[in-house]
Amino acid sequence: MADAPAVLSIRNLSVALPEGGDRDYAVQGIALDVKPGETVCLVGESGSGKTVVAHSVIGMLPKALPVVDGKLRFEGRELPPQRSKAYDSLRGLKISLIFQDAVASLDPVQRTGRQLEEILAVHGVARRARFKRALEMLEAVGLPDPARIYRSYPHQLSGGQAQRVVIAGALLLSPKLLIADEPTTALDVTTQAEILGLLARLKKERGASVLFITHDFGIVAEIADRIAVMKDGEIVEFGAANTVLDAPEHPYTRRLLAAARKSAAVRESRSSQPVLEVDDLHLTYRTGGLLSRKSVHAVKGVSLRLEAGRTLAVVGESGSGKSSMARCILRLEAADSGAIRFRGEDITSLTGTRLRALRKKIQFVQQDPYSSINPRQRILSAIAEGPIIHDAPRREAEAKAADLLETTGLSAVAGRRYPHEFSGGQLQRICIARALALEPELLIADEAVSALDVSIQAQILDLFRSLQSKFGFAMVFITHDLRVARSISDDILVMKDGEVVESGLAARVFDAPAHPYTKALLSAAPDIASRRTAEAA
Amino acid sequence: MTAYILAKLFRAAATLLIAVSMVFVFIRFSGDPAAALAPPDAPQEVIDQYAEAMGLNKPLWQQYASYLAGLARGEFGYSIHTGRPALELFLERLPSTLRLGSAALLIALAAGIPLGSFAAINRGTRIDRFAMAFSVFAFAMPNFLFGLCVILGGALIFQVYFGGTDASVLPAALTLGLAAMGSFARFARSSLLETINAPFMRAAEARGVPYMRRLAFHAAPNAAIPLVTLIGLSLGALIAGSVVTEQVFGWPGVGQLLVRSVATRDIATVQFIVLAVACTMVLVNLLVDLLYLVIDPRIRSR
Repeated sequence: MADAPAVLSIRNLSVALPEGGDRDYAVQGIALDVKPGETVCLVGESGSGKTVVAHSVIGMLPKALPVVDGKLRFEGRELPPQRSKAYDSLRGLKISLIFQDAVASLDPVQRTGRQLEEILAVHGVARRARFKRALEMLEAVGLPDPARIYRSYPHQLSGGQAQRVVIAGALLLSPKLLIADEPTTALDVTTQAEILGLLARLKKERGASVLFITHDFGIVAEIADRIAVMKDGEIVEFGAANTVLDAPEHPYTRRLLAAARKSAAVRESRSSQPVLEVDDLHLTYRTGGLLSRKSVHAVKGVSLRLEAGRTLAVVGESGSGKSSMARCILRLEAADSGAIRFRGEDITSLTGTRLRALRKKIQFVQQDPYSSINPRQRILSAIAEGPIIHDAPRREAEAKAADLLETTGLSAVAGRRYPHEFSGGQLQRICIARALALEPELLIADEAVSALDVSIQAQILDLFRSLQSKFGFAMVFITHDLRVARSISDDILVMKDGEVVESGLAARVFDAPAHPYTKALLSAAPDIASRRTAEAA
Repeated sequence: MTAYILAKLFRAAATLLIAVSMVFVFIRFSGDPAAALAPPDAPQEVIDQYAEAMGLNKPLWQQYASYLAGLARGEFGYSIHTGRPALELFLERLPSTLRLGSAALLIALAAGIPLGSFAAINRGTRIDRFAMAFSVFAFAMPNFLFGLCVILGGALIFQVYFGGTDASVLPAALTLGLAAMGSFARFARSSLLETINAPFMRAAEARGVPYMRRLAFHAAPNAAIPLVTLIGLSLGALIAGSVVTEQVFGWPGVGQLLVRSVATRDIATVQFIVLAVACTMVLVNLLVDLLYLVIDPRIRSR
C-alpha cells in the first residue's frame, strides 16, 4: 500500500501573489501526494493557501495567481497548464471538486436532475443512459425520494440535500480524485456527520482518493489517513494522522490542536440574581402577499432564566428558533404572547423612550462581522456612535472607544481605519467593543464565532470570557457548535423546532444528556477528544 | 403559484382603478369642462345647459360613478374639434405608433443586449470601455436633439428627408430606441458579470462543462431574469419618448395626437390617451410578472 503509485503528486509547487499583498507567494514549495483510496486532510486557517492548492490541481487558478514553479502529476502524467481546454475532459471525469456552499454551486434556474445529466452529457455518455444513471446516483447518496429530488430546483433543497446532490455530481463518473473544499462548514453538526459518513462510504465503494480541505480539527481527527498542516502558504507538517494528532512536531500544529482541545474543555459555574427571565414565549412569522399568506410558528413556548455574570448557551440546528427567540428578547421582533422580564421589569411591550433606554442595556453581536458594520464609517466613530446617541459627550465617548479597542486586543490607532482593513477576527473584536461601549447588562451573541477559524474562535471565546469577568454582563450565546457551547456556557438550552427540549447546567447536560435529541446532537459532533476507532475496517 | 397569479391580477386591477380615478380628478380640477366644451363666446345659460347635459350639477361621487360606468360600457366621449369618438381617433393613430415603438424596442434589444454581453465577456479590456462609453452616450443623449441630428444628417448626406408621413420607420425608431439601448447594454453587462462570477459558474467549470456551454446554458438564463424587469419598465420610457420623437419627425402617431389634443384642450381625447397608456403599462407589467413564472422557478414554487 505504501508503495502504490500516487494518484496525485505535487512537487515544489509555488504560486505567486499579485504585488502588494502581505506575502510574495500564495503557496510556496508545496510537496504533497495522495495515494489510491487515501484521504489526505489539508488543514490550516483561512488565507493559508489551502484553496489555492485545490484549485491548482483542477486547473482553475485565476490569471492573477500564476504558477511560477513546480510539477503537478495525476496518475503518473503531468497535468495540463492552468485554465487550458485540456482540463475540460479531466474535470468531473477524473478529478472532481466540491465547494463549501452547495446550494450556491447549483444553477438556480435548472432542475437538479438536468444539472447531473449535463455532467454525463459533456463527458460523452449516451443520451438514453443519462436519466437512469443520474437517478441511481441520487439514490446512492442516500437522498430519500430520488425522483422528486431529480425534478427539484436547488432552492427547494436543504443545505444537506444540496450537498448530497453536489456529491452525487462529483462522483457520478467515478473520478479517481475528489477534492472537497470545506464541504461541511456551512452545515449543522447532525448533517455534517451524515455527509462525512457518506463521503467515507462512497470513497470506498468507488475507489476514489480524497483531498479534504478544512479548518476543523474535529473533522480531521475523524476522517484523515494523513494530515498536511498549512500556514502562510507552506506545508509546515505532513504525516500520518495518528502521528500528527498525537505527537505534533511543529509549534503551529501544536497551537491549532491546543485551540481545538481547549474549546472542548468545560467551564465551572457561578450564581446570582436573574437579569433575564422569559416565560412561555411564542412567535409566528407571517409572510407573503395579500393572497399567498404563510405563517411559520418559529418559537413555541420558550422559557428561560439567566443570572448576572453567567452565560447561557442556546444550542440547536439551523431553523430551530434560536435566533428568532433572541430577536424577541432584543425587541426586534414582537412576540405573539409570553413575557420577557429584564431585571424584573416586563419589557415585552415597552415603547418610546423607555424602549430606547432598554436598547442600551441589551446589546447584540452577530455572526458576520463584515456585514454588521458600516463599511464607510471609521472604526472609532462606529464604536462611539452608540454612547453619543445615548447622550454621552463626544470626546468622552471617543476616548472610551479607544480604550475598548485596546481592551479587546486591538491598538487604539486602529480606530482611524475602515472596516475593510481588518480581518474577520479583528472585525468581530470591533463588533464586541461596539456592543460593550454601551455598558450593557446583557449581551446576546448570535453565532458570533461561527464564521471564524478555530484558533481565532478560541481567541474570541477567551475575549468574551475575560470581558465578562471584567464587566460582569450576562450573556446569551447562540451557537450550533457544541464545542463552542461547551467551552463558554454555564447553562445550556437545547432547542428543536422552536421548542426547548432540554435545559440545565452545561456540565450536567453534556455529561448526562436526558433528551434523545441532545444525545443525537452530542454523538453527531466530531469530537477531538473521542477519536474514531473503527479505522482498521 | 395560483396565489401569485391572483395577487398580480389583483394588483393590476387596483393600479388601473387608481389611474382611472386620477384621470377623473385631474380633468375635473383642470377647469370647468362645460366652459371648455361650449363655444368660446357662449353666454352663461348655454354653459349651464352644457353642464346640465353632462351631469356636472350632480354630486361629485355620482359623477364619478357614472364616469366609471361609462368607461365600463366603452363610452369614452367625443373629440370637441372633430366630433368623432376619441376611441376612433386613437385607433386611427395606433398602427403608426405601434410600428415606431416596436421597431425602436427591437433595435434597443438587438443592439443593447449583445453589446452589454460582449462588454461583460471582455471585462476590463478596451472593448468593454468603448462599449460602456458608447452606452452612456446613448443613454444621456436627449432624443429631440439626436432626432434633429439624424434629420440633418439625412438631408445633408443622403439628400433624404427622414421625417413625415411616408418616411421609413428606421431613423425615427433609431432615435427613439437609442436611450433604451444604452440602458439595456449597461444592465446586460452588470447582470451577466454578476452571473459569470456566481459560485455555480465556478462549480459548473469544476464539473468539466466547457466555456461556451457555461455561458449559453447557465449564465444567459440567469442573467436574463433581471433584464426582463428592465424591459418592462423601459416601455414606459419608450411611450414617453415617442411623444417627443413623433413630434420631431412629424410621425402621425398617438404621441402627436396627444400633443395636439393637449394644446387644443380636447379633453375626451387626452383622457382616452392617458387611460390607454396607463392600461398599456399595467398590462406590460402584468405580463412581466407572469413571464417570471416561466423563467424563474424560485417564483413558481412560492
